[in-house]
Amino acid sequence: MSIAFPAAPGDAKAMRARITAVTSGKGGVGKTFMAANVAAALARRGERVLVLDADLGLANLDVVLNLYPKITLHDVFTGKAELNDAILAAPGGFSVLLAGSGLVEYSRLTPEVRDQLLDVIQKVAPRFDRILLDTGAGISDVVLYAVSLADDALVVATPEPTALTDAYATIKVLANQQQRSIIKLVVNQVTRLGEGRAIRAQLQQVVDRFVISSTGTPLKLDLLGEVPLDSSVREAVQRRQLLLESFPGSAAAKGVAALAERLMA
Amino acid sequence: MSKPTLKLQSALQLLAHAGHDVPTDAPQGSIAWLQAVIDGLCDVSSRDPLTGLSNRRQFELTMAREIDRVARAGEPALMLMVDIDHFKRINDTHGHAAGDGVIGSVGQALQECVRPMDTVARFGGEEFAVVLPNCPPAFGQTVAERVRLKVQRRSIAIAPGVDVAVTVSIGGAFAPQWVRSTAALWLERADRQLYRAKTEGRNRACLEQPVVSQVSAEEKGMLFGHSQFQDIE
Repeated sequence: MSIAFPAAPGDAKAMRARITAVTSGKGGVGKTFMAANVAAALARRGERVLVLDADLGLANLDVVLNLYPKITLHDVFTGKAELNDAILAAPGGFSVLLAGSGLVEYSRLTPEVRDQLLDVIQKVAPRFDRILLDTGAGISDVVLYAVSLADDALVVATPEPTALTDAYATIKVLANQQQRSIIKLVVNQVTRLGEGRAIRAQLQQVVDRFVISSTGTPLKLDLLGEVPLDSSVREAVQRRQLLLESFPGSAAAKGVAALAERLMA
Repeated sequence: MSKPTLKLQSALQLLAHAGHDVPTDAPQGSIAWLQAVIDGLCDVSSRDPLTGLSNRRQFELTMAREIDRVARAGEPALMLMVDIDHFKRINDTHGHAAGDGVIGSVGQALQECVRPMDTVARFGGEEFAVVLPNCPPAFGQTVAERVRLKVQRRSIAIAPGVDVAVTVSIGGAFAPQWVRSTAALWLERADRQLYRAKTEGRNRACLEQPVVSQVSAEEKGMLFGHSQFQDIE
């Protein structure tokens, strides 16, 4: 078995906050939307939450939250600003640490980026109950490294075949490379009740058959919840507001709140 | 004001020392002659003088080019780090000249068992590195074993009537396909496997299990609920 990075998961264990990486394989499945709204739901339940924009190359958490940060992770990495000054209060009662777009030089995982990211996470961890790492699309080294720092890996999928295939590829890589025995799953944009459960079962079936976990323990997919396809999501994103704030009564908002509750359990 | 003169004397000496013929067909000082001198210098500065293999500088260039190609084209590429086992004993027992002879001979063995498209380099000391473009993960272990056996079976004459044999430990890692990464990390992965080969008893090849992110037609079929593959066993 290979451990691709020297930063052992043990490094994360000593931290106080529970770190959950949100990833998907395919882009555009609602990963950042999910991270922001789950953070808001957790904050409502009293958790001190930080969303860290780990999509270092092409970040857009700022767009989703309608924030115009003056100080970003980039400034912290280059020593131009203090970490504390880069942590912003987001609408929804949680904190964010934004990467800022244009961090193209960070889209490759160099030893420096790796050390800086680990350093930042170690510094902020004692101050929060939960850190959500919003990773980039794809299965790049940066994404895999960010997930390797997390206690839980949360994969966002949609019923769309390409999204499902990429989610499966991500799950496969995480099982093989990071010795994960549980991966949390959220199925976004479902069109009928229970579709999330059906997709989990389908994914689990393929995993059982094709994914040989390096630990020998079978990999279990844990369905955190499903979020229905809902026009209010589109509306909230257009307005650059949190769904939980603009349409708290919508079916999608209820889905997000329910899965956040399961995440806390 | 006089035109600055090119001082090529040390360059020409360097080339002569490295066994490079300075061209005589082009007139000295002509562009063709200068180009030949530059070509010669490039060659000298990219080779390891002891083995004639690529040196570390050249190898780093090759690695960087290859990792970009793999990220773009998705063709798998393997890197092997090869280290001579207990090399210090050779030096201590037979002297440094013998040690140099062993390094040269192992280098030659490596060069003999790879394809022309592969790059073999002396990485430093008794350590070599090989980049094998377009090497499918399924072949990795076989290739590494072939290299290991080739060295093991070689009889190296270090003095008249004195032959020695050495073994190597090999660590290997594949460049991540479709993924933007760096040569430094690739090297680190291969190095970690070399360390494993050393600690597990030397004279062996350890390869990192490649990250397989491709989804086969069979997996897709099952993923989308078509059961035609499920009965094939």
